[in-house]
Amino acid sequence: MSKFNLLTRGIIKENPTFVLLLGMCPTLGTTTSAINGLGMGVATMFVLILSNMAIASISGIIPGKVRIPAFIVVIAAFVTVLQFVMQAYTPGLYETLGIFIPLIVVNCIVLGRAEAFASKNSVSDSAMDGVGIGLGFTLSLTVLGAVREVLGSASLFGFKFMDGDGMLAFVLAPGAFIALGYLLVLFNKLKARIS
Amino acid sequence: MAKESTLKNMLLTLATVTFIASALMGGAYVITKGPIDQAMTAKTNSAIASVSPSFNNDPSAEQFTIELSGKSYKVYPAKEGDAIVGYAVETYASGFGGRLLLMVGFDREGQIKGISVLSHSETPGLGDKINPSKSDFSVQFQGKDPSTFKLLVKKDGGDVDAITASTITSRAYCDAVTTAWEVFKKCDVQNKESEVNHE
Repeated sequence: MSKFNLLTRGIIKENPTFVLLLGMCPTLGTTTSAINGLGMGVATMFVLILSNMAIASISGIIPGKVRIPAFIVVIAAFVTVLQFVMQAYTPGLYETLGIFIPLIVVNCIVLGRAEAFASKNSVSDSAMDGVGIGLGFTLSLTVLGAVREVLGSASLFGFKFMDGDGMLAFVLAPGAFIALGYLLVLFNKLKARIS
Repeated sequence: MAKESTLKNMLLTLATVTFIASALMGGAYVITKGPIDQAMTAKTNSAIASVSPSFNNDPSAEQFTIELSGKSYKVYPAKEGDAIVGYAVETYASGFGGRLLLMVGFDREGQIKGISVLSHSETPGLGDKINPSKSDFSVQFQGKDPSTFKLLVKKDGGDVDAITASTITSRAYCDAVTTAWEVFKKCDVQNKESEVNHE
């Protein structure tokens, strides 16, 4: 598969949020606004790329029976580094995302890509896969966050375009499920039309 | 080609992987420790600056704690030169969704100069109106002296207009401010004593 296909596959054909339905917990929990969704997506992408590359390069020397613990240690190390970096340079975003940053460790997408792709492919292919899946996740979270922010807070990326509160439910948990459901329908409809 | 899963191989691999991972984390910790401390001090200082009278010292460097009924509270003195012009008190109470952390600023006379929310987990759109950017709820406390202004919501016989549909949050907020006031009185007494001693 060409490098370009690897990249687009993560965005459309195997979009982690809208097609694979992986990593639902941060998807529903952090997307109260577009900027939060974007921040969460970029944070996950960072971990995904680095862990994919690291795991692709060491998978040859890891005995099969301990590969999952080894992968988790690698992922957890990168997440901790990311946590330090965010705390130091983007304290505001770090505070909003809160518990979801350390929880990237148990995000199914990260371990899923490590097991299903990175452990069987070359370092450069795995990096490309990380970028693709990461972009797919980031875009989905940003779109979902934008929809919820527009409907729930009557603003977009923090800019208020209308007075008033909007439909509050969309900022809360039920709105997350409703918005995600409708976006899923829309995305898969469009995907079917393209292919 | 994956190595065979013998006990020795597995132990060795896991030990190596965890060792490298911890070295990586240790390195990142050392590099980011400075900036993290700076970011936290900057945050506290800007919270203090937004609630207390203008000062020219570094309040977080001169921070001290006051014990009040078994709990300890952080107090940041705001000074102009050597004279204390006010205090910022970090205070907390249990809100609707968890701990509510506030910074309350007083001037020397005990008037509330301002209140800012450090962290909270109240319901978005309802309880989070305690945030000055979301509603004018916190404005009613400004310039008030808690010895004459009753820090209770009107439902409980006080002078505070509660946030509609967020009585629990409003009560917790008043609670936290009351605690801050008690802490302020305690440090004011201590301060006056020490001034008398100096003379």
